[in-house]
Amino acid sequence: MTAVRLPQHADPALEWTGAKRRYDLVKEAVIALVAVSLLTVLLASLFSSPDVKPITVAQWSAAAPKDFLATALSELDGTSGVATYGPPYTHVAGAGQNIVGGVSLERALGVQIPIDTAQAFVLGPLAIPARTSPLIARALAIYEGAPPARQRSWTQAFATAVDKGNVVARVRAHRTLYGPVPAMMAELLAMARSGALDGALISTDRFYQTNFTKALLFLSDGSYLENTAAKQNLLGSQWGMMNETGNYPGQAWLWLYTFWYQIPPFSTSANADAQVWAIMGALSLAFVCVPFIPGVRSLPRYVPLYRLIWRDYYRREASA
Amino acid sequence: MSAPTWTGRVRTRGLAAFPPERLLPDTQPVYVASWIYVFGVLTLAAFVVILASGGVLALAGPAWWHTSSVGHFFNSIHLWSTELFFFFMVVHLWGKFFMAAWRGRRALTWITGAVSFLVSIATAFTGYLTQQNFDSQWIGTQAKDGLNASGIGAFFNVLNFGQMLMWHIVLLPLVVALLIGGHILLVRRRGVVPPL
Repeated sequence: MTAVRLPQHADPALEWTGAKRRYDLVKEAVIALVAVSLLTVLLASLFSSPDVKPITVAQWSAAAPKDFLATALSELDGTSGVATYGPPYTHVAGAGQNIVGGVSLERALGVQIPIDTAQAFVLGPLAIPARTSPLIARALAIYEGAPPARQRSWTQAFATAVDKGNVVARVRAHRTLYGPVPAMMAELLAMARSGALDGALISTDRFYQTNFTKALLFLSDGSYLENTAAKQNLLGSQWGMMNETGNYPGQAWLWLYTFWYQIPPFSTSANADAQVWAIMGALSLAFVCVPFIPGVRSLPRYVPLYRLIWRDYYRREASA
Repeated sequence: MSAPTWTGRVRTRGLAAFPPERLLPDTQPVYVASWIYVFGVLTLAAFVVILASGGVLALAGPAWWHTSSVGHFFNSIHLWSTELFFFFMVVHLWGKFFMAAWRGRRALTWITGAVSFLVSIATAFTGYLTQQNFDSQWIGTQAKDGLNASGIGAFFNVLNFGQMLMWHIVLLPLVVALLIGGHILLVRRRGVVPPL
């Protein structure tokens, strides 16, 4: 393929000394603003915007109590997604995605948002009713006073029981096998259903709160959030977060980022996020540096779209 | 004669770089005659609508639009002006690519435009995170993994509503506005790129 031969022009860095035409920039800007404003109002009137209510822990625990209890137990015994996540949330040896080989920016930066899942999601919230309930205070004291192996045997036995059976019956199960865990879980479930856990997960020692990290991490460890997202076609395998609820365009500009997750090896890679971000970082840098990349910067000369854009000019040049 | 002041130097250099007829010309080279040229000013117009609708949403606070039909309407304007902004910007960008618009010492014009596009993506993304609805929950919990894997998540916590709101309504729009302003000044300084 060869470049199309065209009339030679002066150095494009020099000020244009050829013919000019009247061009009212201010008028163009005003017309554009009015047109875009009207078009936006029209689109907003016709299509509105999505606003699906957020999921609450109260809603989750009422709709899927087994999932809620299984998640709470995994937070308590340190087997949940967040507990085993590694940086920036938890100290887990070797955890964190690698860009290539053993290179991990996640690990290099370390734990910057520390989360103790047992304390943050179970023990801390239960300490609130424990102030007025001797039963819960005693259950917490027994649990926290037991050796880790004993705690694990209780939570694992109870998790198995929850997985198999009726939730309400299981939370009142046998004390020898499950220790204080049924009492703790029954109280946590009651807190969740009443909405108290929603508040407890965002409360700190200060009055005003704007940080929902703990509450969102807890929700994301369960299956209920993901199942709800799947019904809205929002999973990563469904082009993920570039979509939004309902029939709206969403963040269509993220198509290239989301695209990588749809194809191998990224669709099955345990390090997909780190790899996709590395690729997008490199592509973004290349995009910014287009004027300096040999080959890429010459592409417009081989694609005759510019002839369409400047067709009047070329016609005038040809006739002259 | 007194020593020249900083103010005087700025004025002298400003006027040398941007004499009024260059800053606001009422003529353009004859080749500036295509619909593709409109998409730059359309992008700018959409940005103004985004800022205006965002300003209205800010008046009564971030939760207002969930409880008010008027607020919801302005949220819809904010959403659709953002969609139009990206559509216009992408068409403008492709147009400039196929015009090789970086020629003639205009590389910085391309760079400021490209960086504006990337920062605009981050700005829109933080908007999705601060809607306080199911989309925010899902997008935040999904996006955290990519940001954490890149190391950015250690300092830019997408699950921290307060932090994301500040980035969305103050820091990132300011950066986009400065980039767009610089981009426009560069276009005025260097002029519209001539045909290939």
